[in-house]
Amino acid sequence: MEAYEILANPKNLKRRKIINIVMLTLSVVSGLVAIIPLIYILFYTTAAGISSLNLDFFTQLPKPVGEPGGGIANAIVGSVEIVGLGSAFGIPIGLMSGIYVSEFSKSFFANIVKFVTDVLSGIPSIIIGIFAYGVIVLQTKHFSALAGGFALGILMIPTVTRITEEMLKLVPISLREASLALGISRWKTTLKIVLRTASGGIITGMLLAIARAAGETAPLLFTSFGNSFWSESIDSPTASLPVQIFNYAISPYAEWHQKAWAGAFVLIALVFIISLIVRLITKNKFSQSV
Amino acid sequence: MKKSTGNNSENLKVIKSKNHISDIFFEKTTLFFAFLIICIVFWIIYEMFIDSAPSRDAFGWGFIFSQDWEPVKEQFGALTFIYGTVVSSIIALAIALPVSLGIAIFLSELAPQIIKTTLSFLIEILAAIPSIVFGFWGIFVLAPFMRNTAQPFLESTLGFLPFFTGTKIGFGLLTSGIILAIMIIPIISAISRDVLKTIPQAQREAAYALGATRWEAIKMALLNAKSGILGATVLGLGRAVGETMAVTMVIGNRAQIKISWFEPAYSMASVIANEFAEASGKIHLSSLIEVGLVLFAVTFVINSLARFLIYSTTKKLTVK
Repeated sequence: MEAYEILANPKNLKRRKIINIVMLTLSVVSGLVAIIPLIYILFYTTAAGISSLNLDFFTQLPKPVGEPGGGIANAIVGSVEIVGLGSAFGIPIGLMSGIYVSEFSKSFFANIVKFVTDVLSGIPSIIIGIFAYGVIVLQTKHFSALAGGFALGILMIPTVTRITEEMLKLVPISLREASLALGISRWKTTLKIVLRTASGGIITGMLLAIARAAGETAPLLFTSFGNSFWSESIDSPTASLPVQIFNYAISPYAEWHQKAWAGAFVLIALVFIISLIVRLITKNKFSQSV
Repeated sequence: MKKSTGNNSENLKVIKSKNHISDIFFEKTTLFFAFLIICIVFWIIYEMFIDSAPSRDAFGWGFIFSQDWEPVKEQFGALTFIYGTVVSSIIALAIALPVSLGIAIFLSELAPQIIKTTLSFLIEILAAIPSIVFGFWGIFVLAPFMRNTAQPFLESTLGFLPFFTGTKIGFGLLTSGIILAIMIIPIISAISRDVLKTIPQAQREAAYALGATRWEAIKMALLNAKSGILGATVLGLGRAVGETMAVTMVIGNRAQIKISWFEPAYSMASVIANEFAEASGKIHLSSLIEVGLVLFAVTFVINSLARFLIYSTTKKLTVK
């Protein structure tokens, strides 16, 4: 049968219309079905978390099982410490390589850098944990916030590199040309014109990287380990929010579960707030550049 | 500057060479950091390779094909973990792929603008939720649901298949597959949507002009985007294979190979997460690192394939 006969045949047309409706409905339904568990997770965690959230949670040290009250202040401070260390290590590397790939990307080498950055972003975080363990914990013979920060830093690099590169590419070439035409040198143009123009988007990328790192658990399990008390220095085992949630979650005690829900809620709230900021910044960004 | 003539050329040359040095310095500085990334990746591979040497020497290739995992007897083999990772990831993919395609079609072809932006934002957030939260939710909500509702239902309807029989604990391959599916749906659907968007609108219009229904026009766009969508799927697979916390919390952590998907199992990432900090003895630790090395190799292959597929589609279409 010729193609037009298939199309013109009223019997076929009816069948095609039915298929059309069925498939489109399926597509919408699958969208809804997928959204349900995702939204459920958000709301369940929020509901379970808020009810057990109080001031003590943020200011007190963990209490042993059976004693009421207590919080996970040390884990929150520890998380800030570890993520801070990670940022100090990962963000400069990510930023500078992002500049390299975007601004000097003519070379073959830039493509290699891109590829390797992709490889790095695909490495499971637990493997980065093993690496940090081998490089730092095994050498110093003890768990430390430093090792955790090192692992998180490596995890942050690909995100920052990628976003820096993409944001710098959004800056119009004419801006660079105008600056160069005024006799401003290349590096000043890059730093003071291009980077500044793209700064909103780049800060976004950093925030995203920080949010992701703050929720990472696997690489911290055997690098910063955990601690029921305040850690003495960055060179000692340090509690972190995700690891604390994990330890509480797999424990058999209901009151610890409550704490874990509160912790999970804090993490989700962090992600949500950062995503919202990111949204606002990028929205501004695009309305400017368009 | 090239066209500078006469008196100024001397001056310009001075300026140019001055700029040149600082420019070169700047370029080399950024190059140094870029090079650092390459060094880190190779360092990771090197470190894993060196640290797994005792285990590789002791067990050779048999490590991958052996089911024994007995720290007390110092007998180690990774097959059970490879099995757990592979099966849970395949279950995840089987669930996630059709659903993500539906979302991608809905987002790129059907939804009105407001729903598009809201849903995209929601998906973005969900992609950023830490895996520990998914795992925690899995323990307290999904696992009981599987035990009390889903698994009895599956056994009564699909019980003739060996996958859907056995003790209904709630923790096992199927549950971790579902958790993984929930986690990779945002990634696969977001990338598929982006790939679909690169297919020129004119192609769909041409299809409509020939009398195609909406679905037929979409189907054509899907066919053109297929390698990109495949890439997105493979990328999701890579994520599922490397996922640690959520799986550790719901897979049941029992080193065994059973045909039933209700049974507890163990994955590569989970065994590392559970045993690494408490590993006793050099050979145990190095075996865990070798499991990590296998995991790395698998994710490396999967991700390279995914990047290649996505790159080839988007490149082809945006250049035109």
